[in-house]
Amino acid sequence: MEEKTAVIKMRNITKSFGSVLANDKVWLDIYKGEILALLGENGSGKTTLMNMLSGIYYPDAGQIFMGENEVSIRSPKDAYDLGIGMIHQHFKLVDVLTAAENIILGMSGKGLLDMSAVNEKIRSICSLYGFDVDPEQKIYDMSVSQKQTVEIIKVLYRGADILILDEPTAVLTPQETDKLFAILRNMRDDGKAVIIITHKLHEVEELSDRVAILQRGRFVGDTLTKDTNAAEMTNMMVGHPVVLNIERPEPENVKERLRVENLTIRDIDGVKKLDDVSFSVGSGEILGIAGISGCGQKELLEAIAGLQPAESGSIFYIDTKTGEKEPLIGKKPREISAMGVALSFVPEDRLGMGLVANMDLTDNMMLRSFRRGKSVFADRKSPRELARRVVTELSVNTPSVDTPVRKLSGGNVQKILVGREISSAPTVLMTAYAVRGLDINSSYTIYDLINQQKQKGVAVIFVGEDLDVLVELCDRILILCGGKVSGIVDGRKTDKREIGRMMTSLGGESSEQQA
Amino acid sequence: MNSKLKEPFVRITKREDTPLLKAWGIRLFSLLLALITCAGIIYLIVKLNPLKVYVAMWEGAFGTSKRSWITARDTMMLLCIGVGLAPAFKMRFWNIGAEGQILAGGLATAACMIYFGSSMPTWALLIVSFAASCIAGAVWGFVPAAFKARFDTNETLFTLMMNYVAIQLTSFFITKWENPIGSNTVGIINQSTKAGWLPSFLGQQYMLNVIIVMTLTIAVYIYLRWSKHGYEIAVVGESERTAKYIGINVKKVIIRTVALSGGLCGVAGFLAVSGASHTISTNTAGGRGFTAIIVAWLAKFNPLVMFFVSLLLAFLQKGAVEIASRYDLNDYASQMITGIILFFILGSEFFINYKLIFRGKKEVN
Repeated sequence: MEEKTAVIKMRNITKSFGSVLANDKVWLDIYKGEILALLGENGSGKTTLMNMLSGIYYPDAGQIFMGENEVSIRSPKDAYDLGIGMIHQHFKLVDVLTAAENIILGMSGKGLLDMSAVNEKIRSICSLYGFDVDPEQKIYDMSVSQKQTVEIIKVLYRGADILILDEPTAVLTPQETDKLFAILRNMRDDGKAVIIITHKLHEVEELSDRVAILQRGRFVGDTLTKDTNAAEMTNMMVGHPVVLNIERPEPENVKERLRVENLTIRDIDGVKKLDDVSFSVGSGEILGIAGISGCGQKELLEAIAGLQPAESGSIFYIDTKTGEKEPLIGKKPREISAMGVALSFVPEDRLGMGLVANMDLTDNMMLRSFRRGKSVFADRKSPRELARRVVTELSVNTPSVDTPVRKLSGGNVQKILVGREISSAPTVLMTAYAVRGLDINSSYTIYDLINQQKQKGVAVIFVGEDLDVLVELCDRILILCGGKVSGIVDGRKTDKREIGRMMTSLGGESSEQQA
Repeated sequence: MNSKLKEPFVRITKREDTPLLKAWGIRLFSLLLALITCAGIIYLIVKLNPLKVYVAMWEGAFGTSKRSWITARDTMMLLCIGVGLAPAFKMRFWNIGAEGQILAGGLATAACMIYFGSSMPTWALLIVSFAASCIAGAVWGFVPAAFKARFDTNETLFTLMMNYVAIQLTSFFITKWENPIGSNTVGIINQSTKAGWLPSFLGQQYMLNVIIVMTLTIAVYIYLRWSKHGYEIAVVGESERTAKYIGINVKKVIIRTVALSGGLCGVAGFLAVSGASHTISTNTAGGRGFTAIIVAWLAKFNPLVMFFVSLLLAFLQKGAVEIASRYDLNDYASQMITGIILFFILGSEFFINYKLIFRGKKEVN
């Protein structure tokens, strides 16, 4: 490696939470003028390690050196004083304040507050790195990507020259991701140190100069990105070789199972969330749904599940044997299941909707089954067995079936939810962002499960955000744009650029003229 | 830069799964610490021997068999209200209207005793009063619950205001039932016939109170822990969205549960009127509807644990009254002791959930 001096050296950093060892004697060097990707599976301790650098946690043991001096970072303020700033996965912004007000929030100043000087300084930061944000715009008017921009400027405004970004692309479209990467490269060229936490390999390859890999809290190694490849990185991350292809078995015996016609939905404020949406899903196929977040995906799934009233249109469940059509609109979830429609739904909000965070695995399995039987007492025996079965079959990492699900990592939580939903032998399976936040291993487990369901003849609706996955996994992909159907494409004949265009403009037309 | 080298003086970290024995050890230790602190304060302020004061407290609560039974009666009263609050609290419905629900139940009981006292056999009158108190309390719970379910009104404010309605209603009936005229009290109802009074059982005046409340306590414990309804209550309390997602009728559960909660508090009103004071006044609830909130929280909504908490509070109250009269202290001195003990017990929860790591000490695993 070339001769460079590290601006930060972390040595033997150890941190445990209760009995869980989150970081075990981790070494990490951070250089100026370099983008470092911190790669690892869920629960490998990436975020914990960076939280210790940004003053959220304090290490149990180990040292942090800044140049030659050992430093002690006791609070986020200490971190800022050292020029370290972190952009968290969940934004910490006050909705009713403007961008500029959020940026200076919590900073001490002298005497009067000169807002125009603040705005001026923000604009100069913007023009330096190519941000596009209006300091006087309120946060609640902003898109996710704009909010993220505000978070980044907030850190830069405080004079940080070491930036840590925790999974920054999880909520962005491909186009927004490209823009973010361009900005990060500008920062690197300006001599700042940039660290991005991620588990997406293609981002590591595209963006970073160096990659450091954690596995189960241990530092496995770091290397220049150009000297390695996806397969090698995966091996280091998981600890054993993994095949990185998503299977796509040919759909067999496809018969129409669910038909949505001219569905229009307004939210409480009267805003149209879905506008004249029509499509159908067949048994034994996976229909992907792509779209920028908040384009009506949630409303669509909830309408089918009986959780969202519709303004107009209809949803039919079709018995594949008799061809009989049953309308679902206006029915409550209980009425739908009473009709004998085996509908399973893995919602986007796992712990707020699909599961109860404070309840243990058994009680969460019970959510679907507790009404069974005439007794006034709920049966806990069979849910307990189901919990045990899901734990062994999907290799869920949990101390026991009596552990509250909030204590499990994201991947394990999702396995519990998906396991419960497919245990009822559904005929329609809807999943929303089924692999969001999951690492490679867990993601592939979920893809396998979904494919198994498809081969069993289940009609699968897969709402996704990773276009690479959508293109690889789905038979057909429906693209939503502003609540309207922008198009339905064949998963085998499309690519993510085409879908990306259709996500941002109806039918992908305006961009196509340029192409 | 040198100051940066210092580790923080103390760090707070969360404990995972403190063993049960250790948790109770910490609680016991905090109780001991509270008693020592109280002793110091007693000595500093009034120069009394703290040990004597504690002995007096004990005697005040359990000194004679009669005192023990009165302590038991008050324990049962608190326990009944606490158990009544449990279903609503478990659903995260902050029912602070127990006070009003008790009065509503008490009023219903008093009305039955006054109007049917001479026309019904005792057992029938008791059953009718019990049912009436239960229904009256349930109505007092139903109203805020229905508004919460339909319009998502704030249950805390609503149940609080229902208390004042109940108090005014009681004042109204006191003037109606005044006895003797001009006293502005109802007096002891059916003093000569004792109609509608909860009778002695096994030779003890308050034995039935104990049996009724302990039965309710165990029933509510089983209901919350093992029944389908109990499970629905827990799900609605944890997350309404999850409840809707799996098809629980959230509105129905809210109304049903709070009506039950109010009904149980109404029974407490029955016990207060028929089983203890045999009269009704605006003080019949006497703030116990609020004290029971402490009982419910300290017990983490577990009805069985509530028994011990109620006993502790009833003991402290009786003991406090005793030392106030025996040593010529006023009520405030004894309330200070109660306050200090509660402070320590509540504070101990922090040390059960978190641990402090001081500078220089490393965590060992």
